[in-house]
Amino acid sequence: MQILIAIIIGAIFACALYMMLRRSIVKLIMGLALLGHAANLLIFSAGGLARARPALVAPGASSPPIPYADPVPQALILTAIVISFGVLAFMMVLVSRAHDAVGTDDIDEFTSTDR
Amino acid sequence: MNSIILQTATRFLMPLILVFSVVMMLQGHNKPGGGFVGGLLAAAAFALHALAFNPAETRASIRFDLRSIIATGLLCALSAGVLSLAQGMPLFTGLWMDVAVPGVGHVHLGTPMLFDLGVYLVVLGITLLMVISLVED
Amino acid sequence: MSTLAVLPVIVPLAAGAISVALWKSLRAQRVIAVVATLLLVVVSLMLVREVSANGIVVMHMGGWPAPLGITFVVDLFGSMMALLASIIGAATALYSLKGIDRRRQSFLYFPLLHVLLMGVCGAFLTGDIFNLYVWFEVLLMSSFVLLALGNERAQLEGAIKYVTLNLMSSALFLTAIGILYGTFGTLDMADLSRRLAATDDRGVVTTLSMLFLVAFGIKSALFPLFFWLPASYHTPPFAVSGIFAGLLTKVGIYAIIRVFTLLFPIDQDFTRPLMLFLAAMTMLSGVLGAVSQQGFRRVLSFLIVSGIGFILLGLALGTRLALAGAVFYIVHDIIVKANLFFTAGLVERIRGTSALGETGLVSVYARAPMVTILFFVAAMSLAGIPPLSGFFAKLTLIRAGLEVEQWAVIGVALVASILTLYATTRIWSEAFWKGPERTQDEPEEIEAAPKTMVLPVAALALLTILIGLFAGPMFALADRAAGQLMDKQGYARAVLGEPGAAPAPKATGHGASGDGDSGHGAAGHEESP
Repeated sequence: MQILIAIIIGAIFACALYMMLRRSIVKLIMGLALLGHAANLLIFSAGGLARARPALVAPGASSPPIPYADPVPQALILTAIVISFGVLAFMMVLVSRAHDAVGTDDIDEFTSTDR
Repeated sequence: MNSIILQTATRFLMPLILVFSVVMMLQGHNKPGGGFVGGLLAAAAFALHALAFNPAETRASIRFDLRSIIATGLLCALSAGVLSLAQGMPLFTGLWMDVAVPGVGHVHLGTPMLFDLGVYLVVLGITLLMVISLVED
Repeated sequence: MSTLAVLPVIVPLAAGAISVALWKSLRAQRVIAVVATLLLVVVSLMLVREVSANGIVVMHMGGWPAPLGITFVVDLFGSMMALLASIIGAATALYSLKGIDRRRQSFLYFPLLHVLLMGVCGAFLTGDIFNLYVWFEVLLMSSFVLLALGNERAQLEGAIKYVTLNLMSSALFLTAIGILYGTFGTLDMADLSRRLAATDDRGVVTTLSMLFLVAFGIKSALFPLFFWLPASYHTPPFAVSGIFAGLLTKVGIYAIIRVFTLLFPIDQDFTRPLMLFLAAMTMLSGVLGAVSQQGFRRVLSFLIVSGIGFILLGLALGTRLALAGAVFYIVHDIIVKANLFFTAGLVERIRGTSALGETGLVSVYARAPMVTILFFVAAMSLAGIPPLSGFFAKLTLIRAGLEVEQWAVIGVALVASILTLYATTRIWSEAFWKGPERTQDEPEEIEAAPKTMVLPVAALALLTILIGLFAGPMFALADRAAGQLMDKQGYARAVLGEPGAAPAPKATGHGASGDGDSGHGAAGHEESP
């Protein structure tokens, strides 16, 4: 399982970088989204893959049932998802505006800042 | 978009999603859910409305300006943190109290709930601001 | 007074929330912007005094003790950085009153400024590595919007480059945090520093340190990773470029300094030569870029890159003197770079263009001698002319380099300084001297340099002179900050208590094979009423 997940994470990172290197800004957004997913999946598996219950405390109990999954990576991923959601939403607005202003979706044409 | 099926379905679905979003927010402290998911659901309901009808109507149906919603949310979240400072405890220490509500019994209220409410409003406001500006283009 | 530790975050948050609430009234937002940023300066100044008198200030959020909860840990370096951030924030708020047009102001410009300051201060004060990531994202989000605000073509293009590369860096940062947590089972920096010191697994530690170096290297514009900066910093309004130039890359280099003093050792065979090389190349490529550019702000953008090289040099040399030099340089650089960008705004208003090759409407030297003098002070300070702040910053770094006999990199630093002088004098002769002494259409130029825009520039210039004049006390402060940075155990003790008191569980150290229930961080977060 570990190895499978590791390969998947590597594949997603590779896809993300490939998409980001394409010339279309739409693919750039997809690449960024994939990049975030890959990082999140990596945190998830780095925190330990285990068959365990969620760390929720039942009413009346004082501790979660053993074995329980480490909730910290989940909290981290949740935070990271929230952030990447916001950033991607902003990026989409930005790209649509930039597309209107420049009139093309080819990143190679975005050169007016380099002069 | 001008589809009767979508418009009719939206009329039924929207109140349901909105009520569900509030439920998600309220149960968030102890069970899966929370302010973020709730706010996102509520924003999804309004986004559905904007798609089925048009963004201008959605803006009108919300009554409050989105900026005011964001501001209220920020102030709620901030006061949830600062209330404990005022009591001499570290920032964001949870404060709880029981309030007797006639007909319901005791309700357990605390600052984490206030924080969730703040998150709900901020997420709702910001998401809608972006979605509507995209739909309006 | 641990409450003081969070006030630099609370004040801008409150100011931001209130000014969003008052979105109808620009006048109220302007007043709040100036008052709140000045209040922030006062609060940060109190924090510096507190830390300087009583040592590291710690606040555990929500009352959760250190390795479990999120902690704010304020040492002298962090509090000094927060103070500088608030000074630049106040200057920007004042400069923006006239420097940002009404259309942009009415699109929540001031709240975004407050949120940016909140993110920057939070990053300087937090003691939790994931929390650092969150503050980075807060400041990045608001910087994205500030950069694109106005929707001009160049802005949008610059913003796409800036956003993409910063997201790339955030993803790397997040990856590194994931591996760090998987390996050591904690996110608290004090706890991490103890566990990292105890581990024997050099491979994982070096891999992690390089991931962090690349992630923060993109954010702080180190040598091969700086191309987003000159492509975007000259596009937004001058007030926005000013605060970006002063603060954003400095947050990145702050994170590098924090991570490489507290968590990762700088080992002699690999990391130190690499860092020295990066520092040398950053200084050199930045200044060479500056020399070859034609736009006022493009030149300054490349000089930001060069300045980051000097700061990294201080960290790479590794002695206490060098670290003090880095702290001194950061202080000097924040003030001077923001000031130069603000001055660039004034110059463009007076000349009508910011391209250096073109002849402007009027000679700035003849038209606005005050602005000229202010630019001269900042530029000479940047080049390192005594008795201004830049001279003492560079002197400290070079002395530290001579002590450890790193001749090559010191040579590069000296060459970079001379070329900086050349780049600034080129701006001087092109932008300030050339052009007719009088414009033909005089009436159009009435409010070329409004008082609210000159005042912050003058205040920052005065600050750089004062730092130069009182270099002794300033150096003493930087030296104490450097001493605190080098004292890992002191930092950990301030947060966690004595090492014996709460025995840290052994680091798992075997990658991700633990089944994640080592008990750490898994306290059921159910408060009992």
